[in-house]
Amino acid sequence: MIYADNAATTKMSDKAIQTMACLLQEAWGNPSSLYVHGQKAKEVLEQAREDIASVIGASAQEILFTSGGSEADNQALRTAAELGKKKGKRHIISTTFEHHAILHTLETLKKDGFDITLLDVHENGIVIPAEVEAAIREDTCLVSIMYANNEIGTIQPIREIGAICRRKGVLFHVDAVQAVGHIPVNVVDDNIDMLSSSAHKFHGPKGVGFLYAKKGIRLTNLIEGGAQEHGKRTGTENVPGIAAMAEALKEADANMAAYAEHLIKMRNRLIQGLQEIPHSALNGDATQRLPGNVNFCFEGIEGESLLLLLDDKGICASSGSACTSGSLDPSHVLLAIGRIHDVAHGSLRLSIGEDITEEEVDYIIQSTKEVVAYLRSFSPVWRDLMAGKKEFIL
Amino acid sequence: MALYSEKVMDHFRNPRNVGVIDNADGVGEVGNAKCGDIMKMYLKIDDDVVSDVKFETFGCGSAIASSSMATELIKGKPLSEVKQLTNKAVSEALDGLPAYKMHCSVLAEEAIHSALDDYYSKHPEKKPEEE
Repeated sequence: MIYADNAATTKMSDKAIQTMACLLQEAWGNPSSLYVHGQKAKEVLEQAREDIASVIGASAQEILFTSGGSEADNQALRTAAELGKKKGKRHIISTTFEHHAILHTLETLKKDGFDITLLDVHENGIVIPAEVEAAIREDTCLVSIMYANNEIGTIQPIREIGAICRRKGVLFHVDAVQAVGHIPVNVVDDNIDMLSSSAHKFHGPKGVGFLYAKKGIRLTNLIEGGAQEHGKRTGTENVPGIAAMAEALKEADANMAAYAEHLIKMRNRLIQGLQEIPHSALNGDATQRLPGNVNFCFEGIEGESLLLLLDDKGICASSGSACTSGSLDPSHVLLAIGRIHDVAHGSLRLSIGEDITEEEVDYIIQSTKEVVAYLRSFSPVWRDLMAGKKEFIL
Repeated sequence: MALYSEKVMDHFRNPRNVGVIDNADGVGEVGNAKCGDIMKMYLKIDDDVVSDVKFETFGCGSAIASSSMATELIKGKPLSEVKQLTNKAVSEALDGLPAYKMHCSVLAEEAIHSALDDYYSKHPEKKPEEE
């Protein structure tokens, strides 16, 4: 089996599994207790906090553990909204292709009287910093832009946008769920005020993540309860999960350059091979993208049937077609970069992992070529395109 | 549990009656590319019986399986029976579809009816009296 859906989730690393298993046995105490078992757990927790902070250039007290990326995104946006309200600022800037954890929270804030500006991400899937600057108003309380897109992998000019926000005195939140552990992220260099991350995207466990909030930002808590995480994220901490996350992140960080070099080579080979399929197109910028992300549209076919047939060939991938999203519309990300519905349904995302080989890449290319040709052979859309009754879009 | 029944996967992997009939007696196309599903049915009709049927589908696994099953259900059947084909019959023959995929079976029913309407519009004399 070739697992090419690492943007959905990753397999836990052996080290992360060992750490978690070991701590489930040895550090099961409640970190809030003062006896030895509790204190041991507390020590593990604080070590993890320091390790994570040091990878992203933060200090330990700026890291808040959450249940994952979605919670961190929600908390960051709620925090900025609360702070904004106090100053009478009710304008938030984000983009059209954010994760739903952002977009749906923004919809809720809109009902609460916030004015939301969603910036265009253009055909290449990249925000233009000058457009962020132009959108900032007197009453802007937050700019929230993802580090790298989860579907098309495009990397945003975060550092530049962060510098603009700093200059304008506007809070800057970054959903870095797809970036942390894969490309260099440094909250100081990148001028980031708040950042969301999730462990299972970098070979850590599911159900764990963190929110970085720059010192001085008074967080709004989503869950009322005890004094854990200074009362800003209540509930007894998932100590083994958090420690496993730290372990996975350290590992990913230590190997980042080597993995990225290999992945970029494999990614480019994959892109080159798939481009040989007639009437296909790469989604998102060809170079300013995550090392392991490949996303294509193939005209005349639908994505779910493509995935099912690739699955039969032992390839795990994903698609932005409506049928795979459980709704009538294809991926909002593909629509955001200007793909029309007709071709957005025929999309394929391959998010490869660092252990992929050249032979596997070639097998994916060959299999995709076969499946696309087969599905086109009985597609009425393809027939009309070939007969000249319809214009090709790609 | 798997997303689809064994029957759906069988008809998806090995669709029956795929293709085109040149000079078909009735052709029906339903759905649109915007929604992600298009089905096209071709009927050959002899003595008020569907002597041959072929389909082309742009769509997901259940759309392809629904088209395939629908063609199986009407092949060799008299038009009086074909007229009665429902999406329920298609989905039941496939051992069920997930709730959000039921529209695929509806599309299959509509494609067959559309092809039949096309036939009747070309051969109004064959159209049975409305009951």
